[in-house]
Amino acid sequence: MLRSRIRVAAALAVAALVLAACGGSDDNTSSGGSSASPAEIKVFAAASLTAAFTKIGEDFTAANGTKVTLNFAGSQALATQIQQAAPADVFASADITNMDKVKDLAGPPQIFASNQLQIVVEKGNPKGVKGLDDLANPDLKVVLAAPDVPVGKYSQQALEKAGVTVKPVSQEQDVKAVVSKVSLGEADAGIVYTTDVTAGGDKVEGVDIPEDQNVVATYPIATVKASKAPDQAQAFMDYVLSDQGQQVLKSYGFGPPPTS
Amino acid sequence: MGFLAVPLLGLLNQTPWGHLLAELTTPIALQALRLSLVCSLGAVAVSLLLGVPLAFVLARVEFPGRNFVRALTTLSMVLPPVVGGVALLLAFGRRGLVGRWLDEAFGITLPFTTAGAILAEAFVAMPFLVISTEAGLRAMDRRYEDAAATLGAGRWLTFRRVTLPLIAPSLGAGVALCWARALGEFGATITFAGNLPGVTQTMPLAVYIALETDLQAAIALSLVLLVVSLAVLISLRDRWFPTA
Repeated sequence: MLRSRIRVAAALAVAALVLAACGGSDDNTSSGGSSASPAEIKVFAAASLTAAFTKIGEDFTAANGTKVTLNFAGSQALATQIQQAAPADVFASADITNMDKVKDLAGPPQIFASNQLQIVVEKGNPKGVKGLDDLANPDLKVVLAAPDVPVGKYSQQALEKAGVTVKPVSQEQDVKAVVSKVSLGEADAGIVYTTDVTAGGDKVEGVDIPEDQNVVATYPIATVKASKAPDQAQAFMDYVLSDQGQQVLKSYGFGPPPTS
Repeated sequence: MGFLAVPLLGLLNQTPWGHLLAELTTPIALQALRLSLVCSLGAVAVSLLLGVPLAFVLARVEFPGRNFVRALTTLSMVLPPVVGGVALLLAFGRRGLVGRWLDEAFGITLPFTTAGAILAEAFVAMPFLVISTEAGLRAMDRRYEDAAATLGAGRWLTFRRVTLPLIAPSLGAGVALCWARALGEFGATITFAGNLPGVTQTMPLAVYIALETDLQAAIALSLVLLVVSLAVLISLRDRWFPTA
């Protein structure tokens, strides 16, 4: 009785393996009955773009009729997802490194915004943080993004410029997680974008980083080659680069694309 | 069966067998392995310390609200781990119910520490120990304990020499499951304890991070966890899959 059960189980396992081998390696170009109708696109955007792109998505849908589904995460996570053939139509990254990771899978990128760093602290700045130098204080609990996250990399650059070594108590996977640890009161300070301090609301405030220590973050956007709605994807990208899109980004605190 | 087997087969298929050892001996991997071992064993210790007495109370003592306490004990077993992490933050975080007092009175904060990771793992893994031990206590024949008492044995001696050996199988199974659950804990750990190599980055966290930068390392670490899980299941096979 047990023997025949084992045989059935083994046969099922082999069948499943064969199916997986057949269907697994091809990318999802000819999957029958694509559920995404042409009037819907999926936009993968860096976590720092959450508020701005949500608004742009709404405006785009109102103007164009195309439904926009947004996926926000650390740019490094999004790049990996795209490499693993996740169904994205547009990719907006917070740095060029992560856009380069998918350069074979995406169309030519264009820079659409810039951002700068700020130190985020709790409202009222209870620990009296005045600048990057204070972050080296061992009694201060500083949270940074992991080095592979764009803002984590930019933070390292800014700290190097300031000649400060910081031992963070945790390395977060996207910029919003850094903000949340500070707003929850678990961490005393973190380094995020200026736009995230604004988005963080009443629980946090920002401490400026002077120009000579600060870093300019450049945000590229590109359409994904495997997109099932390439025209709509291009339309979205054009909208982000247009005056309306740029106006929304500016209203959320982003800087214009660097001209150099 | 295929649904369960294919992901595992997929993992084995992609494993970099050639340089597996190299992947597992990088500093990050070694730190994660060591930390996982320390934290999971610590979680088992905490669970034994708190869980065995609790199992005793639940099995032997009739008190009003016992069913409610039993339900509460097993709550963290069914709670989504991230929710558990949030709950731990609200209780033991720097501004939390208990954490605030710990910070003010002793200067102890648990988030971002290895102790915090142990707490998070114990929180989700302890119910396994309690349930298994309680079942063993209920099932054992109490007349042996009574016999020991009539022969003059004190409570502690009876517990050590009579009760423990009798519930050893249930306790052993509970410890094994508790350890396996603690080893695999991710959501509560990353939310409450944070993520820092060498301090709080246990193996599941290291796999999650490595996925984005070094897929080979992620697969190698995943394989270790898979082997450990299989070993636990095989050691428990007689309890879960009675060989007819």
